[in-house]
Amino acid sequence: MLTTIQIALLIFILFAISRVYLRAKEQIFSTKTAIFWYVIWLAGLVGVLLPKTTTKLAGFFGVGRGVDVIVYIALALLFYLVFRIYVMIEDLRHEITYLVRKIALTNSSIKKRKAIKKSS
Amino acid sequence: MKALIVVPAFNEVAVIHSVLKSLPKKLPGISELRIVVVNDGSTDSTQEEAQRAGVEVLTHSINRGLGAAIKTGLEVAKRGTYDLMVTFDGDGQHDPADVAKIVDPIIKKKADLVIGARFKRLQNIPIDRLILNWFANLATLMIFGVTSTDSQSGLRAFSKKAIELIDFKGERMDFSSEILLEAKKHNLVVVEVPIKAIYTPYSRAKGQKNLNSLAVFLRFLVRIFR
Repeated sequence: MLTTIQIALLIFILFAISRVYLRAKEQIFSTKTAIFWYVIWLAGLVGVLLPKTTTKLAGFFGVGRGVDVIVYIALALLFYLVFRIYVMIEDLRHEITYLVRKIALTNSSIKKRKAIKKSS
Repeated sequence: MKALIVVPAFNEVAVIHSVLKSLPKKLPGISELRIVVVNDGSTDSTQEEAQRAGVEVLTHSINRGLGAAIKTGLEVAKRGTYDLMVTFDGDGQHDPADVAKIVDPIIKKKADLVIGARFKRLQNIPIDRLILNWFANLATLMIFGVTSTDSQSGLRAFSKKAIELIDFKGERMDFSSEILLEAKKHNLVVVEVPIKAIYTPYSRAKGQKNLNSLAVFLRFLVRIFR
């Protein structure tokens, strides 16, 4: 018999898996990224439906409770994901600067003046 | 020798005209001298004031940072096959008379990169700037293994070799230390020349905010550890 929290988490995880499926179908992200998220959510599903597995995992890592090991793993994963997002933002910054520079070099004040003189 | 003076400027309408007018029109050993302002997304009339001073202006449509502006200047130097490039801050912090001092080692082929060092001579420098620059120099040493008395100086001269080889990624204040790392990577000869530092209430208000340094340092660490 599933507890209330298990039902709630199950609904959320199934919803999350459906979002991954839809975004992967729209090719918003790559197959590799989709597989990564499927693995994460399926691991979550296993943890919710078979809580004893988290206790075994906790024992393997020498941690007291199943929920503690889940929290530790989740935190580490979250920090890594935030780092990856930060790196992505930096890459986007560089791309924007590249474009801004290209436009600036094309439209220097002297080139604009010469173009105006030529047209008049 | 062909030389280019790059003046990065962000919202410097109050001083840019006088700064540009004060720049030397001729330099010993230089046959052709060009001045270019890189207007880094200013929201005031910096562009118009710079053009009023009779100087060519390249405008970034949005603000990208000092490093990005210097890199645009570097691109101009590469495309124009300049023998020498000088970076000169647009906020009036530098003495135009120091331009001749920093290009001299390059003209005499004694250096590839010349840093105008503010702390190499005794002068009135605000204490917070001294402390901040000390930490910046320490970070430059620990992260890059490069020693410098003024790693954050805005007055620099690049030889043709330095113009072609130096390629930095930093777009904000973090690029200053990266230039020194690039110089070390390419075995460029780096020389420091004492220069005058002009601190006015205007330049202090416009300059690098002390708290920004942390963000600059973190951004830099992300680039190293990615």
